Amino acid sequence: MPARTVLQSSDITRALTRISHEILESNRGGSDLVLLGIPTRGAVLAERIATLLDRIEPGAGTVGALDVTMYRDDLDRHPTRTPSPTRLPAGGIDGKTVVLVDDVLYSGRTIRAALDAIGDLGRPRAVRLAVLVDRGHRELPIRADFVGKNLPTAAVERIFVKLVETDGADAVTIEGDAEGESA
Amino acid sequence: MRHLLSTIGLERAQAIAILDLAEDMADVATRAVPKLPTLRGRTVANLFFEDSTRTRLSFEAAAKRLSADVITFSAKGSSVSKGESLKDTAQTIAAMGVDAVVLRHPASGAAQVLAESGWIDAAVVNAGDGTHQHPTQALLDAYTIRKTLHGAASRGRDLDGLRVTIVGDILHSRVARSNVWLLTALGAQVHLVGPRTLLPAGVESWPVTVGTDLDAAIDAHPDALMMLRVQQERMHAAFFPHEREYSTGWGLGDERFARLAADTMVMHPGPMNRGLEISASAADSPRSVVLDQVTNGVSIRMAVLYLVLSGADPREVAA
Repeated sequence: MPARTVLQSSDITRALTRISHEILESNRGGSDLVLLGIPTRGAVLAERIATLLDRIEPGAGTVGALDVTMYRDDLDRHPTRTPSPTRLPAGGIDGKTVVLVDDVLYSGRTIRAALDAIGDLGRPRAVRLAVLVDRGHRELPIRADFVGKNLPTAAVERIFVKLVETDGADAVTIEGDAEGESA
Repeated sequence: MRHLLSTIGLERAQAIAILDLAEDMADVATRAVPKLPTLRGRTVANLFFEDSTRTRLSFEAAAKRLSADVITFSAKGSSVSKGESLKDTAQTIAAMGVDAVVLRHPASGAAQVLAESGWIDAAVVNAGDGTHQHPTQALLDAYTIRKTLHGAASRGRDLDGLRVTIVGDILHSRVARSNVWLLTALGAQVHLVGPRTLLPAGVESWPVTVGTDLDAAIDAHPDALMMLRVQQERMHAAFFPHEREYSTGWGLGDERFARLAADTMVMHPGPMNRGLEISASAADSPRSVVLDQVTNGVSIRMAVLYLVLSGADPREVAA
């Protein structure tokens, strides 16, 4: 089954702009805000949101990256994970509002691992979750606070997020879905 | 990576990937909670058929920082002194449900035998076998050289063009053998220096240059000078007439240390025979990275335990 594009570049930019406004609104401004992107594409999205936040409210928020590979509970099943460096902003995360950023929210296990990792790094005032795509099929009681697009999918379908920084182009595509079925 | 038995055959990309992963592990040590849950529920057995303090403690610290359970076995005071073989000991340990075995053994090739014998199903990490290999020592040495030279910008780099001089008892040294293959794979030029009686037969076929004159080697201004321990326990024949003669010819005494270029780092795998192969002032100087080597050893062993227990190819991990 050919891949179908569900978000184009302009849709992604619009979604991230909306998420940026929502983050500022829920945080009542940009102070004490830390964006932590989950590598690889979540880290790229966190950088983009940080740029947008800075445009809306100069100086709002700081950005870092949070690797969760070593916190996953599926070492047996998916042995080949790609650890990336964890980078925290200079001020750390203690007492801050941390917004975790990822590209796709699926089972929730990555976010569970991220929450464990955050617990080892400090004690934020609150942790929020921003994702570009929420495709459902949660295996843990986790939900996103900021969602670019809700995309109800079948478990057999696959979602691909491509970003200019990592893949040369912006697009969200879905593969393996029944033809004509609405997303 | 199923096992880590030797640095021979380790490709440059794999080696860099292991060093990079160790950088991530080193970052963990600086956190408020220097521990990862990665290997929770896994059991690592340290099988030490030969005396060792720092390597055993280093592997133990590494396994515990990754939340693995650790069983430590020392031959002294064990059934080995009652005549139990490696096979029986290994099978006993395996029957207790072990996922990885860290093996130190006086016989060259013991780690490979354990890995390929079918006696156990666990991953095997060679922590030193006879005069053969000590791969994690070589990895921590390469890591230390890279980190000392490049600091925060070391990630992803090789050792292209660097000159490392290894001095002393090359004949009995698994540290030298492991380093020769790893450092040259990473692009470094390795020069070996020692008394002719302590240079192994066939050294001409190694990818290194060889000499017997330490003063000339020091004047050549290497980036790193690695002093080897005089392994008195392996000196079953008269390889040199007297310790004083060894020290005069191949020891890093105060005079030689004073001539050493200011940016040459001094390395030693430990434990040091102070006054024999290295003087106290050289060992304790700011140019000595001996304690960095110990610290970095834990990060390297965390990376290696993660790789063998997850079965990941280090190149894919680095991708």
